Amino acid sequence: MLRIDDLSAWYGEARVLRGVSLDIAAGEVVTLCGRNGAGKTTLLRCVMGLHTGQQGLVELDGRPLTGQPAHRRARAGLGWVPDDRGCYATLTVTETLTLPPVVGPDPWPLERVYEAFPHLHARRNAPSTTLSGGEQQMLALARVLRMGARLLLCDEPTEGLSPLLVAQVGDILRQAKQHGVAVLLVEQNLHFATTVADRHHLLAEGRVVESLENSEVAAREQDLLAYLGI
Amino acid sequence: MVNFLQHTFNGLVGGAFLALLALGLAVIFGMLRVVNFAHGAIYMLGAFGAYVLLTEVGLDFWWALLLMPLLLALFGIAVERLLVARLARLDPLYNFLLTFGLTLILQDAVKSRYGVQSSPYDAPALLSGTVDLGAFDFPAYRVFVLVVALAVCGAVWWLLTRTRIGMVVRAATERPELSTALGIDVGRWVTPVFGFGIGLAGLAGVLAAPIRAVNPLMGADLIIVVFAVVVIGGLGSIFGSVAAGFAIGLVQAWVQALGEHWALLSQVLVFLVMAGVLLWRPAGLFGREEAPA
Repeated sequence: MLRIDDLSAWYGEARVLRGVSLDIAAGEVVTLCGRNGAGKTTLLRCVMGLHTGQQGLVELDGRPLTGQPAHRRARAGLGWVPDDRGCYATLTVTETLTLPPVVGPDPWPLERVYEAFPHLHARRNAPSTTLSGGEQQMLALARVLRMGARLLLCDEPTEGLSPLLVAQVGDILRQAKQHGVAVLLVEQNLHFATTVADRHHLLAEGRVVESLENSEVAAREQDLLAYLGI
Repeated sequence: MVNFLQHTFNGLVGGAFLALLALGLAVIFGMLRVVNFAHGAIYMLGAFGAYVLLTEVGLDFWWALLLMPLLLALFGIAVERLLVARLARLDPLYNFLLTFGLTLILQDAVKSRYGVQSSPYDAPALLSGTVDLGAFDFPAYRVFVLVVALAVCGAVWWLLTRTRIGMVVRAATERPELSTALGIDVGRWVTPVFGFGIGLAGLAGVLAAPIRAVNPLMGADLIIVVFAVVVIGGLGSIFGSVAAGFAIGLVQAWVQALGEHWALLSQVLVFLVMAGVLLWRPAGLFGREEAPA
């Protein structure tokens, strides 16, 4: 579904991605692991089209996204779940959910979102920035499900969440996966990553230094944790 | 008491102009991050346009009230497409300088054709009388100005808070990058919002023609006060700019009512209020601190 080939990116003179290549198929969850500054978030921003100063190929369903503005990429099926959870002080919870257009064949109706997330329903008329951190994260995920996005770009969706909420994020991602949604997941929590992902890419200094099947991770967990500096 | 009511009413009418102008500045700043210095010149063009339509084309106040905001909105759209958009990627200071230069050109163009003395413009016959509002007879035209301003501010409020367009504009204003990543074509809204803000300034100008001196510098005197109003309300805050507009109008009228010596103070007052508000709330009364990029 998504193909990234020889992608490089710069911040001014500094090169932050150096020829990254990877593929994601429909229904597949792929993580990007790595220390802070390895280029994980930049890679997501490049795929979304938010980072100017990139070179290389990003393809969705065989069609190049290169040069397309972010709003077109969203309409092509990309679901943006940013690390700051993307809430608005001037939009209510319902407005935040219904802001993006429906872009995919299998969108969640608002009623279904509220059934699955009763906490959001209870706060539906509050500005979305007034939600708790966990609620904001659920909102960011619920929003891309309501869009019917086919490829989710998730930047550390479990960061700062309680174990209970982390488990719920896992449920949501596995559920989406079952419906053929692909996920590119930036994740520091290796244990969580192994509960949802099919494959993992280890990023260091802007390069993919290692690619692992999920089954390989458990055997090398200590090794990898040391590498991630956790 | 009767006097107090009268001053209060006059303050609301004065505030109505400030509110309409501040509202236009606020929507433009929110969407484009451009401080439109030319807003006062557009207000002047609205008033002058009404005068020219009457004296040279023969179209009365009601035509001016309909045509001038539309014509100026189109002018604003052209300015945005041809000039403002080209500087959009640069430091916002460049667009501030652009609109400042535009102000000088517009003022001098009008000055060279019509001179600096004020041109007389009468209120429409229909509104030349007074309205009995219980305690006092108020000039009908001023009541009309207040009603129109309140209706326009209310309609903008409704548009922004109750419609899908308003929701998209709010989202694009608050977090442009996030909104594009969510499939919103933020750029599409820039030109219409700019034209709309300019149209509001034109409307304020037409409304001002019968009760303010119509001359090339009428906007230059007012725009500085309007900037202070926008800052007091909170830069980019729609509600804040309207509320602060009416509040400053009221305070000015009340202070002027205290006597002749106080009239001078009323000119300075708005800036004293601004300084006080900024010390207390740096983002303005209804403003939010900009999220770090």
